[in-house]
Amino acid sequence: MAKHTLSVLVENQAGVLSRVAGLFSRRGFNIDSLAVGITEDANVSRMTIVVDGDDYTVEQVTKQLNKLIDVIKIRQLDPNDSVNRELALIKVNATSTTRSEIMQMVDIFRAKIVDVSKNTLTVEMTGSGSKIAAFEDMLKQFGIKEMVRTGIIAIERGNQVIKVGSGENGASGE
Amino acid sequence: MKLTGAQTLIKVLENEGVTTIFGYPGAANGPIYDELSRSEIKHILTRHEQGAAHAASGYARITGKVGVCMATSGPGATNLITGIATAYMDSIPIVAITGQVPTEMIGRDVFQEVDITGATAPFCKHSYLVKDGKNLAKIVHQAFHIAGSGRPGPVLIDIPIDIQAGASEFTYSGESDIRGYKPTYEGHVLQLKKIAKAVQEASSPVICAGGGVITSDAAEELLAFIEKAGIPVTTTLMGIGAIPAKHPLYLGMLGSHGVYAANQAVAEADLLIIMGARAGDRATGQRDKFAKDAKIVHIDIDPAEIGKNLGTNIPVVGDIKTILKQLSKYIQQDYKKEWVDTVSQWKRGGAEKINPADEIKQSQYVNPKYVLKVLSEMTEGKAIVATEVGQNQIWAANHYQLSFAGGFLTSGGLGTMGYGLPAAIGAKVGCPDKTVIVISGDGSFQMNLQELATMKQWGIELKIILFNNSRLGMVRELQKMKYSSNYFAVVLEGNPDFVTLASAYDIQGEKITQNEEVKDALARALNAPGSYLLEFMIDPEESTL
Repeated sequence: MAKHTLSVLVENQAGVLSRVAGLFSRRGFNIDSLAVGITEDANVSRMTIVVDGDDYTVEQVTKQLNKLIDVIKIRQLDPNDSVNRELALIKVNATSTTRSEIMQMVDIFRAKIVDVSKNTLTVEMTGSGSKIAAFEDMLKQFGIKEMVRTGIIAIERGNQVIKVGSGENGASGE
Repeated sequence: MKLTGAQTLIKVLENEGVTTIFGYPGAANGPIYDELSRSEIKHILTRHEQGAAHAASGYARITGKVGVCMATSGPGATNLITGIATAYMDSIPIVAITGQVPTEMIGRDVFQEVDITGATAPFCKHSYLVKDGKNLAKIVHQAFHIAGSGRPGPVLIDIPIDIQAGASEFTYSGESDIRGYKPTYEGHVLQLKKIAKAVQEASSPVICAGGGVITSDAAEELLAFIEKAGIPVTTTLMGIGAIPAKHPLYLGMLGSHGVYAANQAVAEADLLIIMGARAGDRATGQRDKFAKDAKIVHIDIDPAEIGKNLGTNIPVVGDIKTILKQLSKYIQQDYKKEWVDTVSQWKRGGAEKINPADEIKQSQYVNPKYVLKVLSEMTEGKAIVATEVGQNQIWAANHYQLSFAGGFLTSGGLGTMGYGLPAAIGAKVGCPDKTVIVISGDGSFQMNLQELATMKQWGIELKIILFNNSRLGMVRELQKMKYSSNYFAVVLEGNPDFVTLASAYDIQGEKITQNEEVKDALARALNAPGSYLLEFMIDPEESTL
């Protein structure tokens, strides 16, 4: 099944996240990832939701989300016309013999070492989901102790913006 | 001007035109009840919070206004849940107001605390947990706006007791602009032209009218449309009454519990126009076989319903009444006479099969279909009917010949046993001049029979028709068909003597065991002043269809 990225503007209010999450479980939709944070307008939060499903599912997700009163606007992002990023923090085993090899890997992937201890290195990595997956794969041989990922956030390229009051509000069902 | 939360609530309720509240007091809504006692708003004390929610629903359906119910925190709030879910499934506008434990105690599992906004989220159109008294007026106003507009539904407002009691500056603008909520009312003109073309090209068109036709008060426009274009109409359970039952173009109810003519017409249709209906499973049966040769037009105010259950060729989002008015410009006078003649024959053929007249001689038991036929004649279909759920519901749907839109109150989507009696109470309060009849079975009647006391206390006069087969008839029928007649847990031994029970609440009653007695008994019940219960003894083998 294909992955679809939805950019959803919601009221920055208590309970919104639970409504959105509840809708997904109740209607049997699968969330791949969900990232939420405030926007340039403090009253508005943006959720970037990656949905796993066919076109029918994405259409239903969009329509059902639109029914939530606290959802202001939804847009499905075209992967070719948007920038997708995810942040990962990876704590990997490091010994005196492996440390330099790991550091090389970090260089190649343009990641960053943010913490060092006698037996570990903690790496910060930003990139698309697939880049992070590739990096994770390379680090596996050293033993990953812990990994934390934010889920994807995404923004449209060029002049386009998704803002309250701009353009169509996505409420049309046609 | 500073007002307490309770004062603010009552003031805004009055501003919203609320004249009646169905509710039940408790510790956590004390300040509201204290204030309500000094208000012009009439409070109907039910005997269970579920009764209050269903009564608010019946009231809303009859008056077209938003119904209001109230309960305290914890168990009071959870008792509302079935009523809220019932209203949600049938798109009935109600506002439920619950008391909540004090703000600073929330989350500590104190006495009678429950997360009611969380519990009801999946089946509420929207809900609020009030956290600041200064927002209360706006919230209440918005709640009414959301409940009653677009696709209607229940909205819950949970108010902690400290907010009810605490004072804050009263600000009320009456502003109902909500940026995330903009229902579409007008249909897209391009789509409407497509419908007109499809109607013109069709040789066997059928309209399926759902509850949306009744909600949007579009019965008159629908009638004008079908009479101009000559299109037969079937309804869903929720759509019953969208056109008068005796209208020559009415096919009857669609679906697994519907009638032959309706299902046959849809099966052979080359154009199916669904208006204000979800195309739910009970109406469509197997989706891939439903109207398989037909071009599908789906008109609904809720975009999410279009394409959810059924593929659609011409989708139109908007309000049915508005769209039918718009559409009248494009529809040509073109009566599909040949097709109408064909379906009329199916109608006659089907009618013979279900005509109970030949069974009239049967003794020992009463034929429920015959009872409803006689009831239709005596009331001319002008009485409001509220049904319970089970065989009684389907008998009523198929045999009570309702003559006006909005007069059939039933739990269509959720199938809530115990809906009929309290919904009828709400309907009678909302429309005291009309005869209101409860159609029930002995199973579902006992789900909310405590509301007989509500009838008595508030002088609410209902005629109750109780079909007693001492069984959970519809489940029994299911066991007969699907589980090799392995009847289990469907015999209602221990039924009370319902006539004696009614008399305990000062309600007159009679038990009827013969078809010959039906006419006179119904006449006595309908003509008697006050409430009346008629218990009809039904053969347990009597089938739904």
